[in-house]
Amino acid sequence: MADLVCKDLCMTFTNPQTGSAVEALKDINLNLKKGELLAVLGPSGCGKTTLLNMLAGFLNPTSGEASLGGNLIDGPGVERGMVFQQGALFEWLPVSKNVDFGLRMKKTDPDESKKLVEKWLDIVGLQGFGDTPTYQLSGGMQQRVALARCLVNNPDVILMDEPLGALDALTREKMQSLVLELWKETGKTIMIITHSVEEALLLGERLFVMAPRPGRVHKEYNLPFAERGLTESLREIKQDKHFSEVREEILTMIWNMEEEIMGRV
Amino acid sequence: MFEWLSDNRASIAAVIIVVMVVMFVASIVIGRKQAALTAKDEVFGDPERTKGGWYWAVCGVSALMLIWFYFSWGIGRAYFPQSANEMCQVAKLEEVISPVKAALPIGSRYYKSTLLVGRNVNQLKALQAQAPPSAFSSAEQKELNELISLMLQLIANSSNPANLSEKSKTQLIDVSGKLDGLSEKLLAGPKNLKPSTEALAQAKWGISNIEIPMLPTTSKGVLFDSVSAEALDLTKLFYKIRNHPPANNKIIADVKVRIEALKKATEDGKFDERATSARNDYTKSVQRIFRRLDDGTIFPATSLDGVSTAIAKLDNAKDDARGSLGIIEALFFPGQGVVKSRTQCTEQGSARWLPKPTDVVATFIGLANPDLENGGGYKGIRLLWWKWLPVSDVVGFLMPDWVADIWPGEYSRHGSDGTITPNLKDNLLKFVQGDIYLGSVPMLDGHIWDSVFRVLVALGLGILLGVPLGLFMGVSRFFKSFFDPLIELYRPVPPLAWAPLILTIFGISDDGKIFLLFMVAFAIMVISARTGASGTQLSKIRASHSLGATNGQIMRNVIFPNALPEILTGIRIAIGVCWGTLVAAEILAGTTGIGFIENVARTVSNYEIIWVTILIMGILGLIFDLIMRWVIDQTIPWRGKG
Ligand SMILES: Nc1ncnc2c1ncn2[C@@H]1O[C@H](COP(=O)(O)OP(=O)(O)OP(=O)(O)O)[C@@H](O)[C@H]1O
Ligand SMILES: [Mg+2]
Repeated sequence: MADLVCKDLCMTFTNPQTGSAVEALKDINLNLKKGELLAVLGPSGCGKTTLLNMLAGFLNPTSGEASLGGNLIDGPGVERGMVFQQGALFEWLPVSKNVDFGLRMKKTDPDESKKLVEKWLDIVGLQGFGDTPTYQLSGGMQQRVALARCLVNNPDVILMDEPLGALDALTREKMQSLVLELWKETGKTIMIITHSVEEALLLGERLFVMAPRPGRVHKEYNLPFAERGLTESLREIKQDKHFSEVREEILTMIWNMEEEIMGRV
Repeated sequence: MFEWLSDNRASIAAVIIVVMVVMFVASIVIGRKQAALTAKDEVFGDPERTKGGWYWAVCGVSALMLIWFYFSWGIGRAYFPQSANEMCQVAKLEEVISPVKAALPIGSRYYKSTLLVGRNVNQLKALQAQAPPSAFSSAEQKELNELISLMLQLIANSSNPANLSEKSKTQLIDVSGKLDGLSEKLLAGPKNLKPSTEALAQAKWGISNIEIPMLPTTSKGVLFDSVSAEALDLTKLFYKIRNHPPANNKIIADVKVRIEALKKATEDGKFDERATSARNDYTKSVQRIFRRLDDGTIFPATSLDGVSTAIAKLDNAKDDARGSLGIIEALFFPGQGVVKSRTQCTEQGSARWLPKPTDVVATFIGLANPDLENGGGYKGIRLLWWKWLPVSDVVGFLMPDWVADIWPGEYSRHGSDGTITPNLKDNLLKFVQGDIYLGSVPMLDGHIWDSVFRVLVALGLGILLGVPLGLFMGVSRFFKSFFDPLIELYRPVPPLAWAPLILTIFGISDDGKIFLLFMVAFAIMVISARTGASGTQLSKIRASHSLGATNGQIMRNVIFPNALPEILTGIRIAIGVCWGTLVAAEILAGTTGIGFIENVARTVSNYEIIWVTILIMGILGLIFDLIMRWVIDQTIPWRGKG
């Protein structure tokens, strides 16, 4: 069982100059079972990225611990793939070399990795783009390359930090379908951070709404829309009455949090 | 070929000028047309406006060439070589009469006599005011006062026209009369004067002889030449005239006696050391001024009026006799014209330091000629050629001798019969010392290659060592903090400030220059690689960590390519700086190289070679830069697009 588990995870940043401390996260508890899709939502600065970076192993928690399948997380690893907001592609390599980066680092047999790369480029809809330099791709295509690069490594968990944030509405919708499709086909555990309430509702089988100062999980939802999204059209789901109700509820919640922050400042 | 070029100089110049003028005008016409076409859809300040426009480049280059041709007297030499020869003869006359002019308010501001009177009177008054009271008794002070008054009287007598001796008067009138004779001769014109065969056989200006031929080749020139020969005698005559007014004779005798008495008093008086030296100094000053007055070089101002007028007349006659030459000189020989000094007639002004374009080409062809026996190359070394390089030399240079020393075993000893049988270790030593013939490879050779080779080796070493260090400094706190002070302490020192030290340590061989350039290239490469490495986006590094890359793999596959644009830009800058430093280092010390040529040419004021070396350096620098730009375009198309 490769569950992603957090126990009383805390993170405090201290400014080395002023000595003032920011409690970015406080007592985060999380248990994400294999194959679950968790969306994380919250006002800006509530610690979403910090949480993700700790799970990826880029940051060490001040206290508490995180583990994957019982193994303590204390550094980056291939079993936890990352997708960044801006792709973070290697612009000096063509698409195929970007995708097989992880395989080359592991010194996989070239023929085998070639097959894998082709398979994944096919899945994300980039067949024939293998030799294109990445800087010639559109934002949406670059994000697909980033997804393929992460998936070709066959990680247990995929961590995504606002992966669709920089895309236009139409491309975004296509990418949302793609994420759902990949989730269904691969059965991977996925944690996705987003700023868009709609996206969180559509993609999140589970949904965390986080609150700032200190960063904590404010409310947790279990939602049916992701399951439905596998078969129905996303636009139809958005018309759903239940969908609108939850959306309004969360929007009000975040709105109030923002108000509260403004009031305090 | 040069003979032919110089014989047809006028027609070649005509072709060059016509081509240049046509290019100049045509490019302006094309440029204006193009401007009219695009003016509407271009906004001022839009960088697009600077793109293209080869015609303006043509316009600029042809204008530059025309200006160069004109100011270097290229046109003058092509069409008026005789005029230059005539200018040389005029310059002869000017040189000859310039000493006379210097005594009159024509060549200088004052009469020479006025200057002498002013200076002597001032010095006498100053002496009068400061006779040291400790050294001279009051009686002596009075005596000194009288002595100086007498000397002032000498000056007054010499300045009075009434006192001028008859002999001096007739001499001055004689000189003026002869000067007038010269003026008339000039005004009468050349008539049927003919240049000598010797003059016509002279080397022509600009072929074998860089300077203008000395002997007159035209009748006008012969006239000026003969007048200047006569004027030389006149000048000597003028300088022999002295003014010794009879009224001065008694005073001079009196002053002499008084000075002798003063000297004797000092000798007999048993003064202490300080007083003696003060008295001696004072007496010497008085005596020095007296000798000048005794010389008779002060004339009454009015007495020189006659000579003054005659010289002014001669100047006018000279201008008249020059005639059309004056106009040609003003139009085609910009600058200070021709000046004669001792044995040469030299071009003055821009033409002196700006060689004619054709001369520059000829000099370059001469330098580039690989045939050393027939005057090619420079100082016994070709400009750029090739040679057979023994491979063993390279091996001997690259392999240190201790490679043989650490080989197991002993070097062989001489046997009891006095023979030596070399063993493997001996042969290995020979090999690393380059004593075994291993065949030869063709290799570039010559001054240019020597310079380029130094830059390339230094740059190669700088890249090889500087880039890895820079990359590590970009990612490691230890490397950054440990090496930063070392590099930042030596880098800001201008490379040329290191040159004397390094060249003193290494001597004039290649090692010193290569080391100096290496220092320059190394610092630049370290800094650019470091900037490139530390500029890597954090998300890219995190992504590669998550993809399972090790630290070494990240270094090679992420940080290095990410720093590549900076590194290549660094190489481009380093080449430029190395090139600049190299030439200066070669000027300081060296026996080959472009800078060496320029330095030797400097010591003999050979402007043509100096210009040729400057042009070669400029062109090579440009070639380096173009190559680097091409490399950058080819290797990092992604630059700025990450
Ligand atoms: N390296 C750091 N040093 C100091 N404080 C930090 C650091 N990184 C994050 N913080 C602070 O931690 C808090 C949470 O930051 P985080 O980036 O996780 O927010 P976020 O939820 O991802 O916001 P956004 O939605 O805008 O991306 C913020 O208040 C931020 O100021
Ligand atoms: Mg964030």
